[in-house]
Amino acid sequence: MEKLLNEFSVGLFFWQTLLFILLLLLLRKFAWKPILNAVNEREDGIKSALAAAEDAKKEMQNVTADSEKLLKEARAEREAMLKEAREIREKMIADSKEQAKIEGDKMLKQAQAAIESEKKAAVADIKTQVATLSVDIAEKVIKEQLSNKDKQLELVEDMLGDIKLS
Amino acid sequence: MRITYFTKFLFVAILFMGGAVFAKEGERSSEEPQKDLKTEIKEYIAHHLQDSHDFSLYSYTNDAGEHKYVGAPLPVILWDNGLKVFSSSKFHHGETLAEVDGNYYALHHGKIYRTDAEGTINYDEDHHPTNVKPLDFSITKSVVMIFITGLLMFWLFSSLAKSYAKNGGVPKGAGRFFEPIVLYIRDDIARPNIGEKKYRKYMPYLLTIFFFIWFLNIFGLTPLGVNVTGNIAVTVALALLTFLLTNFTGTKDYWRHLFDPLGDTMPWFAKIPLYIILVPIELLGLIIKPFSLLIRLYANMQAGHIVLMSLIGLMFIFKSWLGSPLSFGLAFAISLIEILVALLQAYIFTMLSALYFGFASEEHDHEHGHEEEPELAHL
Repeated sequence: MEKLLNEFSVGLFFWQTLLFILLLLLLRKFAWKPILNAVNEREDGIKSALAAAEDAKKEMQNVTADSEKLLKEARAEREAMLKEAREIREKMIADSKEQAKIEGDKMLKQAQAAIESEKKAAVADIKTQVATLSVDIAEKVIKEQLSNKDKQLELVEDMLGDIKLS
Repeated sequence: MRITYFTKFLFVAILFMGGAVFAKEGERSSEEPQKDLKTEIKEYIAHHLQDSHDFSLYSYTNDAGEHKYVGAPLPVILWDNGLKVFSSSKFHHGETLAEVDGNYYALHHGKIYRTDAEGTINYDEDHHPTNVKPLDFSITKSVVMIFITGLLMFWLFSSLAKSYAKNGGVPKGAGRFFEPIVLYIRDDIARPNIGEKKYRKYMPYLLTIFFFIWFLNIFGLTPLGVNVTGNIAVTVALALLTFLLTNFTGTKDYWRHLFDPLGDTMPWFAKIPLYIILVPIELLGLIIKPFSLLIRLYANMQAGHIVLMSLIGLMFIFKSWLGSPLSFGLAFAISLIEILVALLQAYIFTMLSALYFGFASEEHDHEHGHEEEPELAHL
């Protein structure tokens, strides 16, 4: 202890205290405050940047979800449109088929009617021609048959026979 | 860029000043009887541990038997019925008397005494000089080192502060090394010990004291070997500042805790007999805390220097092919440990200061128990 007291130098104590306090004040003003402020600012900056990144991520997720939803809707809409188109097509085909059938039937009927009437006309024509021809033939036959007297008598005979019979 | 190189150069120049520019050689005729090696080494170590009035880098004895000193003289400032300022070269390293304004002063074991014209120093029975010791405010080697360290710190950290503004909040150069240390002191020393609310106030002090002690400790290990932090006056000054700061920033709770350690846990009449013992212990603790700080730093640095120099001295005592390399190896290992100790002591001083500030600025809710805190307070 006595050695310690003996070693203690008032002058050095004085200078140490003075210089240290001076250093402390100078460093506080020119070094520690700016350094700590800068570090704090940087840390705050990092914190807010991280928060912003997190927000952006969330936003991004929202946007992705939105677009996914839109995409899904669009897909569904396309599907619906395609389906509708197919239905329309099918309906149109079915309609036209029916129409064609009806038209065809109608035409067929008309054709049949025309054929029938043609047939009738033809038959009637044939009938008249046959009648004329048979009259002509009969005329010629009768002319032939009645050309001699025997034959005329025969005929009368026949006829008389027929009358008898009937 | 040029400016940084210039400042770096200046810094190196200051560090290695002396040598050529300030070299001043003292002479001493070696007429005194040759001491044996061991006493010489012992004296050399004792001399080294002391502060000195000149900035001597090294000394040697030349072929002619003259003792030469290489270094720079420093100003001596005395208060002895008026201010006396003169160069320490007048003492010729303690060999001659300095005559100033009709007074004679002698340098005896690093202290300045007023003597008569013959330079006689009277001793009492314990071999202590009885001569008048004038108040000595000299710029000693330690003061120079403190000043240099202060300049270095100011240059280093103010340039670090400026580099933040220049680089958009990112440190550059030496700041990359020092910024993590600053952050460590903030996050691992100040914040946990003082608390989130009040730590800011103490940061400048903690940072300054940490780097100041660390740098001076490291300087003590350089070949300059100035034992500043191993000087009791320096550690007293540092611990006193911690003590004053602790008590001047102490909250009401801190003082209440000092004089009323048990709080409301007991009726007042039960407390009286306890307090006859407790309060003096608390008050003693107030003094013991900074005292342990100053003794710890002083003793660690002093011991480190003694061990290191003794091991170096052993090399000269052994003078053998085995002993000298062995003690060199030991000295090398110890100096590596000393580098660690230099940092450790700075850390401990800062840590304990922060702890004491934490006690002083504590504001606790009065519900929770105070029982365990008196023990903690004496750490």
